[in-house]
Order: sequence, then C-alpha cells, then structure tokens
Amino acid sequence: MDSFAQLMHGFANALQPAVLMYGFLGCLVGTLVGVLPGIGPALTIALLLPLTFKVPATGMFVLFAGIYYGAMYGGSTTSILLNTPGESSTVMTAIEGNRMARRGLAGPALATAAIGSFVAGTIGTIALTFFSPLIVDAALLFGPAEYFSMMLLALVAVTSVLGNSLLRGLISLNLGLLFGMVGVDLQTGQHRFAFGQAELLDGLEVTIVAVGLFAVGEAMFMAWKGHAAEGKVEEIRGSLWLDREGWRRSWKPWLRGTFLGFPIGAMPAGGAELPTLLSYYAEKKLTAHPEEFGNGAIEGVAGPEAANNAAAAGVLMPLLTLGIPTSATAAILLSAFTSYGIAPGPLLFQQQAELVWTLIASLYVGNVILLVLNLPLVGLWVQLLRIPAPWLYGGIILISTAGLYGASSSVFDVGLLYAFGLLGFVMRRFDVPVAPLVMGLILGPMAEQSMRQALTISAGDFTTFITRPISGGILAIALLMLVVPRVLKMRKS
Amino acid sequence: MTATRREFLMAAGALSASALSWPALAAPQFESIFMFVPAAPGGGWDGTARAIEQACKTADLVGSFQFENVGGSGGMVGLPRFINQHKGQANAVMVAGAVMIGAAISAKSPIGIQNTVPVAKLTEESGVVVVPANSPFKSFGELVAAFKADPKKVPVAGGSAGGTDHILLGLMLKALGRNPREAAYVAFAGGGPANAAIIGGQVAAGISGYSEFEEQIKGGRMRALAVSGESRIPGVSVPTLREQGMNVVSANWRGVFGAPGIQPAQRAALERLISSMRDTPAWKDILVKRRWADSFQAGSAFEKYVAQDVNDTVGVMKDLGLA
Repeated sequence: MDSFAQLMHGFANALQPAVLMYGFLGCLVGTLVGVLPGIGPALTIALLLPLTFKVPATGMFVLFAGIYYGAMYGGSTTSILLNTPGESSTVMTAIEGNRMARRGLAGPALATAAIGSFVAGTIGTIALTFFSPLIVDAALLFGPAEYFSMMLLALVAVTSVLGNSLLRGLISLNLGLLFGMVGVDLQTGQHRFAFGQAELLDGLEVTIVAVGLFAVGEAMFMAWKGHAAEGKVEEIRGSLWLDREGWRRSWKPWLRGTFLGFPIGAMPAGGAELPTLLSYYAEKKLTAHPEEFGNGAIEGVAGPEAANNAAAAGVLMPLLTLGIPTSATAAILLSAFTSYGIAPGPLLFQQQAELVWTLIASLYVGNVILLVLNLPLVGLWVQLLRIPAPWLYGGIILISTAGLYGASSSVFDVGLLYAFGLLGFVMRRFDVPVAPLVMGLILGPMAEQSMRQALTISAGDFTTFITRPISGGILAIALLMLVVPRVLKMRKS
Repeated sequence: MTATRREFLMAAGALSASALSWPALAAPQFESIFMFVPAAPGGGWDGTARAIEQACKTADLVGSFQFENVGGSGGMVGLPRFINQHKGQANAVMVAGAVMIGAAISAKSPIGIQNTVPVAKLTEESGVVVVPANSPFKSFGELVAAFKADPKKVPVAGGSAGGTDHILLGLMLKALGRNPREAAYVAFAGGGPANAAIIGGQVAAGISGYSEFEEQIKGGRMRALAVSGESRIPGVSVPTLREQGMNVVSANWRGVFGAPGIQPAQRAALERLISSMRDTPAWKDILVKRRWADSFQAGSAFEKYVAQDVNDTVGVMKDLGLA
C-alpha cells in the first residue's frame, strides 16, 4: 500500500492551483493539437522543450501529460465528423464514426469516443499505478519473432476493413505495403524506391499519407461531386448524448478495447495503431448488429477509441519504469527528463518519487479535465457540420497544409500530401477503401523489420517463429482467426 | 605644437575609445545567430543547439537566435539546404556530428560535412558494449572469444545499419581478424526497442552511446563490458577496449559548423563566440546536468579531425559493405 500513500501525496501536489492550471492548459492544447490534422503531440511537446529551461519540472511534465492525453481525445473528433483522422491511431475511428455522423448520429459517436477515452484512460492509469513492473516484465518477453507473429495476426485482422470487394481491399492493402518499403532499409542501409530523393530516405511518414488520403482526398472528392454534394449537410438527429441503448452497446467495447490497448501499448514495439485495428476486428466479430458495421456501428467507435487511449497510458509504463521510450512522443518526453538532469530508468521511482507520483496523479486529474472539457464540446463540434461543405473542406485543406508545412517546413512534404490527396481521390472515385492502405503502411515495415531481426538472431532459422512459445501461440491464434469463421459458416449452410 | 595637439587629440580619442569599450565588451558578440539543426526537434543535435542558445543568452553573447529544424536521414535532408541557402552567411551555424558522416557515405551523397566550415567540436560520447544482466558472457574476453569463434552466433543490437554503433562493431570484428560483414547486427529504430531487446535477453549483446544504456547499467539490467573512447568515462569504472587489448577507438562527437564561403575573419568570429560560450558557467552547468563530456576543439585542429574521421569512416563502411 506504499504506492497508494505516495499516490495520495501525488494527488495533493497535482491538485495545487498552479499545477492544476498547467494540467488544464495541457489538456486544452492537446485537444486542439489532436483535432488539427498533421500536428501531433510529439511535435507539440518538442516545440515546447525550450520551456524546460524556465518552468519547474513538475509543472512541465503535468503540461506535457495533458497534451499527450488530450491529443488522444481530440484526434477522434475530426475522424468522426469529417472523415479526416488527425493522427494515425484514429484512422480506425473514422471508418464507423464518420458513417455514424452521416446518419446524423455525430453526437452519440463523439460521446462514446469521449467517455470510452475516459474509461480506458482511467483504467490504463490505474494499471500504470499498480502493475507497471509486472506488465513491463511480461512485455519484455516479446522479441522480434513475437512481433512478427503479431503483425501476421494484425494482417488477418485487416481483412475486417477491406470493405465489400475483396479485390479492391487487397489492392489498397498492397499499395500500403509497397509504400512501406520506401526509404533506407534499417537492417542493411540500402536505399529502396527513393529515386535519389533525400526526403524519401526516411520513408513515407504515416501522418502525411493518412492526412493526404483522408483529408485532402475527401476534400477533392467533395469538390468533384460538386452540386451533388450541395445541401447534403446532415441533420443532427436525436440526442447529443448517449442514450440507454448507446451505453448498453458501448461498455463492453470500451473494456475490450482497454484490455487490448494497454498491454500492446506497453510493448516496446507495440504502438497505438495495432490495438485499434485488433479492437475493431474483435467488435466486428462479436457484435450483435453485424449489419450495422460499414454503416455506422457504435461498437466500431467505442472499441478503437478506448484501445487508442489505453495504449497511450501503456506507452508511459516502459518510459517511467525502465526509461525506454516506445513511441515518438515518449522519446521527446525522455529528452525533456534529461534536460532537467533527471534520468528516467529503473531508479526513477526511488530518486524522483515526488515528480513521478505527481505526474501519475495528474494523469487521473487530466482524464477528468478532458472528459469535462470534451463532453460540452460535443455540441460545439457538431455545429461544424452546419458549415457549408465548400467552406468546411476548404478550411480542412488549409489547416492540413499549414500544419504540415509548419511542422516540417518542407515543400516536398506538402507536395507529397497533395500527391496522396490525389491518390485518395482516385481511390474514392473507384470505390477502393483507403483504410487498408494506411494499415499496410504501418504494419508492413514493422512486419518486415521484425522478421529480419528475428532471422538474424536465429542465424537464419525460420522455425524460430514456431518454436518460441509466445510466437507460436500468436500464430496459432491467427490461424484460428482465419479458419474458424469459415468452418462455422460451412456448418451453418 | 600641432604635433602635440594631434597627439593630445589622439590620446583623448584613445581614452574615450577605451572608455567606450567597457560597454562594448558587455554587448553581444553577435546581434543574431541563425541556428540550423539538420534533425527534428527533440533529438541530440537539437538538444545541443538549444543548449548553445541557452548558454549564449545567459551570458549575453548573442542578441537573438533564430532556429530552423530540417530533419531526416541522419541530417542528409538538411545539409544540402544549409549549404545552398546560407552560403556566405556570416551568422549562420549548424549543429551536427559523427552521425552525419556515415549518413552521407551510405547515401552516396556528393556533398558531406566537409563542405561546411568546421568551427568547433563541443561534446563527445563513448560507445559502450553491454550484455544482458543474466548473460553467460561474464567478461569482455568471453564475448571476444565468441566473436572469434563465429560472429553469426552472437547477435548484437544497436541503432540503424551504418550508424556509429554498427561501425563500432565492424571495427571490433576487423580488429579480431574477422570479416565485418559476418556481423549478426540487429538494427533497431531508436534506443527504446534496442534497450528492450537487450534487457529482455533477445540478443547476446548491445552497442550504443553510453548515455543510451546508462540507466539500465546503473539499474543492474545490463552489464557494461567495455567503452570505446580514448580513455575511461569519468566516474565510470568500465575499462576501454584498448585496455582490454583491442586497438579500437571511436566516439560520437557533436560540433558546430559555419556556412561555406564565409571569410576567414567571419570564421574566426564564430570560433571566438563558441569558445566564449564554452567558458560560460551556464554551459558548464548544462554539461554536468546532461552528462555530456566536454571535448572542445576549435580551428584547424578540428578541421583536421573532421577530415580524418571522414576518411576512417569511408574505410569501415566499405568493410561493412555499406559504401
């Protein structure tokens, strides 16, 4: 119960007005950053790093934590309302969320995302408080072989987003896998598909591709449809809040999403995208309303949103307990620690107990602030849909371009954004789903690199994927996921 | 009389000049500095650049700083931009280091760090060879024996292929008389996953900059067997490779570079600025806080050092099959 006493002490610190103000400011900035496409929490925190010379450590980390959690909340908003995910981890939310908005159910979609984020964020933070060392040790059992098997499992799960036409879905997925090959190969240093462009050597950034395909592509598609789209501003029907039915259908996906998101987020190469995909897959398979999937099913919003926020809490575990950053944001947080002369690592909890527990307490507080901040905003955000489409989409293009250029100050990246926008338009025009492309771009390089890492370690022995128990177990699950539904279907007919 | 009069006037002038030079000394050496960082905000080069800003501002050496970050590919996206857009600009500086040399070679780029004007080297970090805490290799000698027997059976984790970690492994294998291409080098993107793979015992050993592993070593999750610097790291009892009979020295350094085409006087002014900056208490404070090792070297000595490093790196990269 020692950690409980320390947590209470942390709360006492976190609830002091000055600290609370940093928390609120962080949540507000974070929400905005999440809403704006192309600007992510990692960049925002990096730009605020010079402040570490002036602001005391506690205030700074509470601010950063607010930005981090806030961006996870805000990212879902544009996904749902405008089909333009601001972060790669909210791509899955866009699929069902935007369908719901088009059916006039933007309110419940935003509400289930916000409450789901709160539930997952809070459970994730509780797990972070009490079970960190346990979960981190378990996560360390995952090596390259296990990651490769997990990527295979994820590729099976991708089938759930391929859409109505298997051929079109696979075209999209394979394009994504292909785009994932661009750049310097990590294992050999060789250049692939870079065509002598220095800008391409680091590969295609998922954010640029996602914002291009979704935001710019959607805007071009709207412009092309022209008058057909006019007056298509959706009436907002029903309540802005979750009704009884909404709660009933949401709570299980929230919990399932949390239990997928947290451990995967804690894995050194897990990330937040993978659990959102797995959560979507699980909800689609488990739902009592399969006919609604693809047409705005609330489970498809509740699950991935919870998974995304739980993963955000999970990422903090290896950072705080071992000093190991597992995401871009965590890496920036690590450099913030070092600029205070604090070294996160196995000894952090002993040497900086005060700071760590204040930070953790502020995560609880931040979740509450975000819920309070976001629920009233639902009404405001929904009003966005009343803006006439040409203005709205013009604004989206402006904001994504400015955000991207502001982030990288690279004209090349802006060109890339529009190139992918054009591709997104063509794909929409010919009814090819764009989500599999983004998933392929994320999963492909991770699968390839972990497979080659595993093979280097095993000196070229392919059986490593089966003989390592965890890896073999995951492969077995992936196989079952492929086979069982088919067998059941055959039995029925 | 006129002569005396002139003398008097000159003396008066000199007097007033010296009187004026008091505030002149306290005035900034540079009104503004354009700081170019060929990496994204938050990384090592960016951290060094912001620390320079901090130290210069505290000591009033520079009026204002303007930053530009152009990240990507070990600095090879930013470098051409710095060279083309700031040619001859006397107040433009770039922070870069050893990583850029390897990046230029593996990118087969016609330009490299040698196309800029070396101003001063600031910090240096030794590499360190570690094994997981429960590794069967108890000493560096045992690890070396395993390398000698068959490098393919000793997977080593580190940063991206062709980076400083990979180069150090190549140098070690070469010193052992093995072909560097036999290395079972497992490249990880970023320090996090590499750390996790070593702690989790997924690989036999790991190589990286000391700071990357420092906390794990202190926390007892990794054992450090050797450091790669000229001498031991102050306060760290790990012996160097040389002490253990392997003639390999390598370090990841960071320094400041001026734009190509600046005049010798302008270059000297930049050197003066960085030298004064290095003597400020603020900089010394930052060095301690971030545990950066001071390896200050300016002028022609630094220029020679860079040229030598470029030469050496080309050699190793060829051995590794990366150039």
